[in-house]
Amino acid sequence: MTPSFLLLAFVTLAGAIGAMMLRQLVHCALALVVAFAGLAGLYLQLNAQFVGLAQVLVYVGAVAILIVFAILLTRGAGVDGGVATGSWRVGAAIAALVAAGLWLAIRQTPFLDRTAPPSAEAPVKAIGNRLMSDYVLPLEAIGLLLTAALIGAVVIAMPERKARP
Amino acid sequence: MSIVDFILALVREGAVTLWKWIGDQPEPKAGLLALFPAGWQPVVSAALSIAPILVVFPALFGLTTVVERKVLGRIQNRYGPNRVGPYGFLQFAADGIKSLTKEDVVPRAADKLVHFLAPLALLVPVLLTFSVIPFGRHATPLDLEAGVLFFFAVGAATELSVFMAGWSSRNKYSLLGAMRALAQMISYELPLILSTVAVIMVAGTLSTTGLVAAQAAAPGEWLAQWHVFTPWGLAGFVLFYIAALAEANRSPFDLPEGESEIVAGYFTEYSGFKFALFFMGEYLGLFATCGLAVTLFLGGWTAPVSWLDGVPSWLWFFAKLTALVLLSIWIRGTVPRLRMDQLMNFAWKFLLPLSLLNLLNAALWHYTGGGWVGWTLGLALIGGAYVALGRALFTGRKLARRQYRYAT
Repeated sequence: MTPSFLLLAFVTLAGAIGAMMLRQLVHCALALVVAFAGLAGLYLQLNAQFVGLAQVLVYVGAVAILIVFAILLTRGAGVDGGVATGSWRVGAAIAALVAAGLWLAIRQTPFLDRTAPPSAEAPVKAIGNRLMSDYVLPLEAIGLLLTAALIGAVVIAMPERKARP
Repeated sequence: MSIVDFILALVREGAVTLWKWIGDQPEPKAGLLALFPAGWQPVVSAALSIAPILVVFPALFGLTTVVERKVLGRIQNRYGPNRVGPYGFLQFAADGIKSLTKEDVVPRAADKLVHFLAPLALLVPVLLTFSVIPFGRHATPLDLEAGVLFFFAVGAATELSVFMAGWSSRNKYSLLGAMRALAQMISYELPLILSTVAVIMVAGTLSTTGLVAAQAAAPGEWLAQWHVFTPWGLAGFVLFYIAALAEANRSPFDLPEGESEIVAGYFTEYSGFKFALFFMGEYLGLFATCGLAVTLFLGGWTAPVSWLDGVPSWLWFFAKLTALVLLSIWIRGTVPRLRMDQLMNFAWKFLLPLSLLNLLNAALWHYTGGGWVGWTLGLALIGGAYVALGRALFTGRKLARRQYRYAT
């Protein structure tokens, strides 16, 4: 429980709560970005440099822009009324129930008895070497999948040619 | 130790630190840090690393604005600012005071909080990116193992600030400018990162200090091994620099703020000091990307030839950085602005295939072991692709002299 952990945890939770409670969709997206950034900070604090920086690159850099574009392209995001939503009681009750269920389930696993390994550092170079040797096939499969998705997106975005008679 | 003694020691050790830094000696901060209790040392050390960035780069920004206006003036056959201070070089101080005292107008319909946060959300990540750049032999503020990754991760966060500015202003030109800027930044990030990947592939490290060390002259050799001296490095440097200009919204890629079309783009509704912050954020972003270009391709702080090693390392870094910034000013005064479709086509159909081929080029260089075989193959690959792509993109297009019709 170092001060930096407390600060980052507070930022993450505040961002998450904001993402749920705010009425304006763009505000929700921005609050979600704060939560993402807080999570990245938590990873970095745990010495997981690669995961933390990838979190920033992918979530803060790319996914946030994707969400924002999706909001702007679908419909008017403006909602009149107060800053925060009022119908949070039902949500809070459901959240409490889910949390209690998860807690009961976790208590029965040996998860709590585990201690952290002494050195949890994963150098970026080691991750790269593993990705290129042991996990090269899954990596290639993901690459193929992403390429297919990219081509699919281009096909959808291309203007349709009129069918010739 | 009394307060007076402490302050005297602080001044003395500060001078020693500065002297050591100028003279490229190791551990410049050590003497200053020893004055503080052990618990404070990390914080003081961080502050000592941050302070030069906060002083040097905004000062460089101020000077660059004046130099830019003077150089553009020369290119356009006029004087440029020449009234404030010697040769007009204090113009930036006058401009700064002006923007501080100007009224800060926020549109009534604007989203006040997001409108206020947008310039900060631009400036903070940009300043963070400076922390991984090695400015000198013993002057890397944050020597991360994944330094290059840090640079791009933090740099990607600036895209959101552009959106925040454009969206919160509630102005169609702001939003249009933000959308243009986002499309441009996302498109040009690909060639930027891919041309970096070639360097990382060959050097085998993501750390910025490691990259500089990989480019130093080998013992006994007189010429440094800068990556720009190889065919893939040369092509990668040109690709990187073009993409960096686009990322910084510099002319000829300044469509997001094309004043003849959309007023000033995403900062149309910004005035006073917030506008100045945006302005500064863009320039600092340019400096940071140019600094990374220096680190990746131009050997960082190393001297080009080994007999010039005596020159302080930070001088080399800033000389290279200044050269790149001056080049961008020259380009701004020379090349006309692109159209939106040309901009996108250039990124996706020209720069992206070339930067992908450059990866192959780097691999070829690595496996042929360099020498004239590597040069021939590399130049043939990149040159052939350049010519073929250029031909392919221009076929089927009617290029003719533009017809002007004047009102009669």
